[in-house]
Amino acid sequence: MAMLSFERKYRVRGGTLIGGDLFDFWAGPIYIGFFGVTGFFCAVLGTLLIVWGAAMGPTWNLWQISIAPPDLSYGLGMAPLAKGGLWQIITMCAIGAFVSWALREVEICRKLGIGFHVPFAFSFAILAYITLVVIRPVLLGAWGHGFPYGILSHLDWVSNTGYQFLHFHYNPAHMLAIAFFFTNALALSMHGSLILSMVNPPKGEEVKTSEHENTFFRDDVGYSIGALAIHRLGLFLALSAVFWSAVCIVISGPFWTRGWPEWWMWWPNLPIFG
Amino acid sequence: MRTMLFAKHKALPLAAVGIALLMAGCEGPPPQSTQYPYSYRGVGQNAFVNPRILAKLHEANVAPESLAPAVPIPVAAGSVYQNLQVLGDVSITEFTRQMSAIAEWIVPKDQWVNGQGCVYCHDLNNMAADTKYQKVVARSMIKMTKRANVDWQAHVAPTGVTCYTCHRGQPIPKYVWTTNPGEKPHTSGYVGNQNRLSAVTAYTSLPFDPLTTYFDKEAVIALTPPTAVAPFHPKTVNTKNAEGTYALMNYISRSLGVGCNHCHNSRQFADWAQSSPQRVKGWYAIRMVREANKNFILPLTDIIPAVNKGPLGDPKRIGCETCHQGVNKPLFGAEMAKDYPALLTPPATAPAAPAAAPAAAEPAPAQVEAVPASEPKVTGLAGTAAGVM
Repeated sequence: MAMLSFERKYRVRGGTLIGGDLFDFWAGPIYIGFFGVTGFFCAVLGTLLIVWGAAMGPTWNLWQISIAPPDLSYGLGMAPLAKGGLWQIITMCAIGAFVSWALREVEICRKLGIGFHVPFAFSFAILAYITLVVIRPVLLGAWGHGFPYGILSHLDWVSNTGYQFLHFHYNPAHMLAIAFFFTNALALSMHGSLILSMVNPPKGEEVKTSEHENTFFRDDVGYSIGALAIHRLGLFLALSAVFWSAVCIVISGPFWTRGWPEWWMWWPNLPIFG
Repeated sequence: MRTMLFAKHKALPLAAVGIALLMAGCEGPPPQSTQYPYSYRGVGQNAFVNPRILAKLHEANVAPESLAPAVPIPVAAGSVYQNLQVLGDVSITEFTRQMSAIAEWIVPKDQWVNGQGCVYCHDLNNMAADTKYQKVVARSMIKMTKRANVDWQAHVAPTGVTCYTCHRGQPIPKYVWTTNPGEKPHTSGYVGNQNRLSAVTAYTSLPFDPLTTYFDKEAVIALTPPTAVAPFHPKTVNTKNAEGTYALMNYISRSLGVGCNHCHNSRQFADWAQSSPQRVKGWYAIRMVREANKNFILPLTDIIPAVNKGPLGDPKRIGCETCHQGVNKPLFGAEMAKDYPALLTPPATAPAAPAAAPAAAEPAPAQVEAVPASEPKVTGLAGTAAGVM
């Protein structure tokens, strides 16, 4: 893959967190780095372990392959490979791969001299995953509370875990997360459509810029957040959605064992009501 | 230009206050967790119990010690006492013992006279007379208890029930229900039969009186069509009815202190093959409650004083919570009934015949309310979704 004419300017040495110059090179357009190597290793090993698990399982149907976590009786100890140990090692590989990817992004940011917003944002996704398979299981006292690695089986896990609490829509953090997901979609669609409207004027007219953008939303809703702030807002909404998703599951079980609707009884039970 | 996502010095305290507010109403880790025995490993079929809440439940649900066994004397009580309509065949000593037990179970000590609770039901001048309505009610309740122990073993076996299972030392059990007439809709908003705070529906906004709907009437509970895309939409399959079913299921869950997964695999609520054996118990329980209210409680409507009835003049009826009281097995499975043989046999004389045999209480509809499979069938999908690893 040929290098673009201006690309060489940005391919500077340095900025690595670990290993010095050892892995400070590119493969085609892709930066490798120490964490590229560790990420690749973890991803390949984890994937092969899933394939091995599938081979030991009853089906090759992609939808139905499932690598289940250990039985609750193993607590926070290691389980035999065929009884959840594979899930545990795959979980380590997944965390290794995700964290490597984030740190590789950090190295790229350092090379370019830019902010760390991208790895910061990605770390929220990692946090959500770690909440599901590490933090919550630890709080509950067994790795068996992690979700299984399978396309349908993990959906069963979501459904069953939710219905243990009768009506998950009453989970306050779930409410917040949903509100942020929807608002995030609203903000992105408003922003995306606005930008496309600026660069797609009627035939013969010039492409418009930020004054037109601001004017559209001032006319429309009385306020325009502005070219920079829309991206702050978007990042805030997206990260809040992920954050509250993680909160909504980590409080389900460790911090609440009854139906979620009952949690709201703190409100009618406030001493201010007669 | 470097920009901060948000100012840290303001965000951190704000976040701390927010999280503190959120956590204020919560419980602390760790709960006890168990995997439902019918389920596969790893698919979230786990029950959570807060040990501190469980300890309180254990305190509140203790079976009293059984009275000392009666000296077996082969003289039927009916040959000695008058007007024994349901316990006449019990031996005289066992009969006396049973009466003492009922007084212990039903009559609060502050209503005892001369160290005896008899007066709550009996006219002390004529113990045989049915002058007090409480005595007539008690007879019907004894019939109901016998009926449950004899004919509803599909639900109550092997523990069985006694008066104490519901009464817990009170003349009227704490967890009974009457029809909730709701409120008149205000001009300011829609009220309908829902959106009112109610413990019955486990504090959801779902229709607040599923008990009248599904226990008094034999409304169809199972709604899920057998296929993903229903070929037609009968009147029973719609969102409104689904909310009613959901309300009833929430009532059952809260009454037993369990989640939906206690009976159902939420990947397919309707399928008996993927459900827990407990769901079969629940199926019979619903029919048992319907029958008990219909045959043993509602016929008492005219003799019960208005003060002990609901706002619409209907008597207080039983539901799941009446016995279970927040516990999966009432009194944590204490086997009281085996010590009271008088409650384990059919009534001496035939009571009012039940309207229908339990199995025919609800005809098998076109939907999924078919007779439950005795043993869950492992389908390919379920097997692999669970995985062997």
